[in-house]
Amino acid sequence: MSNETAKKIATRDAYGQALVELGHENKDIVVLDADLAKSTKTADFAKAFPERFFDVGIAEANMIGMAAGLAASGKIPFASTFALFGSLRVADMVRNSVCYPNLNVKIAVTHQGLTLGEDGASHQAVEDVALMRAIPNMTVIMPADATETKKAIHAAANTYGPMYIRMGRPSVPVLFDDSYEFEIGKGVQICEGNDMAIIATGVMVHIAVAAAEQLAKEGIQARVINMATIKPIDADIIVKAARETKGIVTAEECNIYGGLGAAVAEVLCEQHPAKLRRVGVEDTFGESGTPDELLQKYGLTAENIVAKAKELL
Amino acid sequence: MSILTQEQTAQLTQHAGNIRQEIVKMVAAANSGHPGGSLSAADILTVLYFHEMSVDPNQVDNPDRDRFVLSKGHASPVLYATLAEKGYLPKEELKTFRKLNSRLQGHPSKKLLPGVEQSTGSLGQGLSSANGMALAARLDKRDSRVYVVMGDGEIQEGMVWEAAMAAGHYKLDNLVAFVDYNHLQIDGNVEDIMNVHPVDEKFRAFNWHVITIDGHDLEQIAAALAEARTVKGKPTCIVANTVKGKGVSYMENNCGWHGTAPNEEQLAQALTELCGQGGNK
Repeated sequence: MSNETAKKIATRDAYGQALVELGHENKDIVVLDADLAKSTKTADFAKAFPERFFDVGIAEANMIGMAAGLAASGKIPFASTFALFGSLRVADMVRNSVCYPNLNVKIAVTHQGLTLGEDGASHQAVEDVALMRAIPNMTVIMPADATETKKAIHAAANTYGPMYIRMGRPSVPVLFDDSYEFEIGKGVQICEGNDMAIIATGVMVHIAVAAAEQLAKEGIQARVINMATIKPIDADIIVKAARETKGIVTAEECNIYGGLGAAVAEVLCEQHPAKLRRVGVEDTFGESGTPDELLQKYGLTAENIVAKAKELL
Repeated sequence: MSILTQEQTAQLTQHAGNIRQEIVKMVAAANSGHPGGSLSAADILTVLYFHEMSVDPNQVDNPDRDRFVLSKGHASPVLYATLAEKGYLPKEELKTFRKLNSRLQGHPSKKLLPGVEQSTGSLGQGLSSANGMALAARLDKRDSRVYVVMGDGEIQEGMVWEAAMAAGHYKLDNLVAFVDYNHLQIDGNVEDIMNVHPVDEKFRAFNWHVITIDGHDLEQIAAALAEARTVKGKPTCIVANTVKGKGVSYMENNCGWHGTAPNEEQLAQALTELCGQGGNK
């Protein structure tokens, strides 16, 4: 854990920086965007490597297909847009043009979930992880902070296969320093505790840490696991948590159906039944508001995690 | 002056006849598949694979190879029959089409069959992939050219026009798209279901070079492809007027043969008819 917890950076900013680093390292990296380059932060790459950047306009389906063709010819395309348009809008293209032929396409999306904020429900993807998780060959990653985002983007570029990497719009605390080790498919325990486990992903990780701190004040020791890779899920760390604690709370900024909570439930049911509570968007659409207001209203809070955790005792 | 010598035309005619025979045989053996739109595209694939494209079944991963994407993936029989005729797979294997454990899936799978450059079948997606391949060739300064065949019904998909716009925008002069304009789709005449006419003007409006031909005239196909090679700064669309079910009298212009397999008697008749059109005796 970093000591600089006061520092806040949006994961999308880290994405933009990582792309530029990668552009220098590997000439096969190409970036596509669909008229959102300033928002997704691919504009930095466009400026540094204009010949390897393609703004396809407001045409996400073609962007995914072009990324597939570039990958079929040996390029490593990062196709970027908002989470909603990089998933639900183009699901068939992702499935048939990218995942079925198992092409090396990275779909890197920003403006995930409710914390997209003021644009409201039409733009707030909370179903995307469920959808992407259901497509064979697809890896799904949701980094928690800027450090993890950079490492995840580098790992994605250096690991073959289709990937969906989901990032956020608002600034979030930097949790990890450069010594943090990220590995695709591995969960990481970031707080110790044997009373219960909180398994969180993405923007909910720092909130899970806050929840663990609140619980600690009441003498309840919660371990916190950062599950950056939703698929393939790290079953070992889940089963270990189920064995060693009284129960698990999951925390995510997705619909509770199909996302992290569902993935954890699948592992528990099959391998080591344990008590589970899920904190997430409870099968509803969002609305306009600031990210913090939305997290409050929809229960994506440390208080809600604490309340659910206490139900397990 | 003609593009093809008499000898070349005779050879191509023979290949096209063989490919057509294999199409009806494999669809009959599977008792399933799409003969109509396969037969309509047979001459186009024949000229591509046996005259135009630089491809070698012994070097399927050669980065300098030309690429072909069958966007209308339901016409997989014409692709498989052509690849078999070219030597990518034994003709004997065509009997496994649409059967369990076969590399010859109902719609083409890139992962399973070498020579298939992209998995297709969900209509409207092939041109976008071809755009990506053409861009990659340009980035790598390779001479590779990319060819796509789309159906006239298929271009009702909106994604096709996103891709057409992008290909024009990026001036992909190493890309050639055929529209196999056979005028029929599952539910009836393309013009009645959702009129796509005029196709040439639509592509022209997206900054393509457009050539309209008889898609069963080998000379015209070869000439159009030669013309496309001379075009700079624009992708080329070849609007190929074709006949659905071409070569088998009872299938021609009959939308009932979009996705129907011939029975034994019908197969025998088809093979006899195709013998007279270059196919094996």
